[in-house]
Amino acid sequence: MSVSDMFIALQGVLTADQDVREEIRKVVQALEQTAREILTLLQGVHQGAGFQDIPKKCQKAREHFGTVRTQMESLKTKFPADQYYRFHEHWRFVLQRLVFLAAFVVYLESETLVTRDAVAEILGIEADRERGFHLDIEDYLSGVLTLASELARLAVNSVTAGDYSRPLRISTFINELDSGFRLLNLKNDSLRKRYDGLKYDVKKIEEVVYDLSIRGLNKEAAVGAGGEK
Amino acid sequence: GSGGFRKRKHDNFSHSQRKEEKENVNPSSALMTCFKSFQLELDTRHDKYERLVKLSRDITIESKRTIFLLHRFTSAPNGEEILNESEVKLDAVRRKIKQVAQELIGEDMYQFHRAISPGLQEYVEAVSFQYFIKTRSLISVEEINKQLIFAAEDREETTNTTPNSHDKQPHTWSLKVTPVDYLLGVADLTGELMRLCISSVGNGDIDTPFELSQFLRQIYDGFTFIGNTGPYEVSKKLYTLKQSLAKVENACYTLKVRGSEIPKHMLADVFSTKTEMIDQEEGL
Repeated sequence: MSVSDMFIALQGVLTADQDVREEIRKVVQALEQTAREILTLLQGVHQGAGFQDIPKKCQKAREHFGTVRTQMESLKTKFPADQYYRFHEHWRFVLQRLVFLAAFVVYLESETLVTRDAVAEILGIEADRERGFHLDIEDYLSGVLTLASELARLAVNSVTAGDYSRPLRISTFINELDSGFRLLNLKNDSLRKRYDGLKYDVKKIEEVVYDLSIRGLNKEAAVGAGGEK
Repeated sequence: GSGGFRKRKHDNFSHSQRKEEKENVNPSSALMTCFKSFQLELDTRHDKYERLVKLSRDITIESKRTIFLLHRFTSAPNGEEILNESEVKLDAVRRKIKQVAQELIGEDMYQFHRAISPGLQEYVEAVSFQYFIKTRSLISVEEINKQLIFAAEDREETTNTTPNSHDKQPHTWSLKVTPVDYLLGVADLTGELMRLCISSVGNGDIDTPFELSQFLRQIYDGFTFIGNTGPYEVSKKLYTLKQSLAKVENACYTLKVRGSEIPKHMLADVFSTKTEMIDQEEGL
């Protein structure tokens, strides 16, 4: 084979690779659009009136996740299943965003941390690498860290809206999350950088709890919460 | 820092509040169990990555040594011996690559590609340099990959299995050099060829430079054909490749114009000043 023949063959391979990337980019753009819509929907909870109809918002968001699942199905067809990590960078960001959104919905509904399997199910993908298009553990953890900063914001806004019990519940949740992340030996990568931001979220929420405590508002909240139930 | 901070803040909580918080972060909760398994998974992944980085570095070092050895080929009279020695060295490198392939069994190769890519590129450079010296042509990516199929050494486990299942599962692993790794390795090869060209002039070899300039021109044409279809790293190498080609072409030019005038024993001096000039230009 002559040198020029070899390069012609290589060029063919590279062009095919570019075509695949182009196809992936298109689907990822659609996914980003859906993710933005869900985010807009969920941002409503930060507004005073939003606290009342959290369940309704969650339900609407779950409907949007149906679109996500069909888009994920189409993404899976764009490249060979065993080359996930070859194109990983293309959907990494949007997948982390979607994990965050799913985790946020689950938190608002049940005040628990969504498991990796549950997220995979909501997004219509697999939790294990062996079974096909999967959710990488680092992407899952990144999404969870985004949830932490969102909850710090929610704690502040729920006080403004007069809900004094929520920050206390968020506080216990975030503390548990913090101890969870402390178990991990993170490398000096992007996940580690995001984890370093978690302590500021923890701090912020503790400040909110502190403000409520010195004013005796947490006791009032406990009584109020007991009354509701 | 933050631990002390938390302790201080906790003093502000009522006693029951503090107790409740301690209970919630109990080490056997569902969340903590989850994170313990994440710890295991991440550690396993990072360990594998580190092992691959180490293997990749060993591959790089050994490949570099092979290239240095091959540079001695033109100056030494015992060419055959050096070629054999380089073959032995490359076999050692391939044994390392076999270890890489073993690490990657059942894994997605691209997940750890960043760890092994530098080593593979250096290996491509070494193996293609040797191939060029032997055959004066460019080794193809298929040819390289053919040498990276490894058979398992016969162990007791394999003999214990029934012949039937043995046939179904041939115990071989392979590692494929990606087209991009191949291209980057070949781009590095041109730098070695440029050095070979200049040093062969120093040895009074008049033919090799012309042969090399033709070969380099073919590779350069190939790279310009690919242009910006490839990833960014490939386009970056194109610039260095152009410089190498210019050096070789200038050498040929000088040989053509003045080769007949200058006595052979002085050729080396002519080129050493010439390359110095080029180096100075680069510095500017």
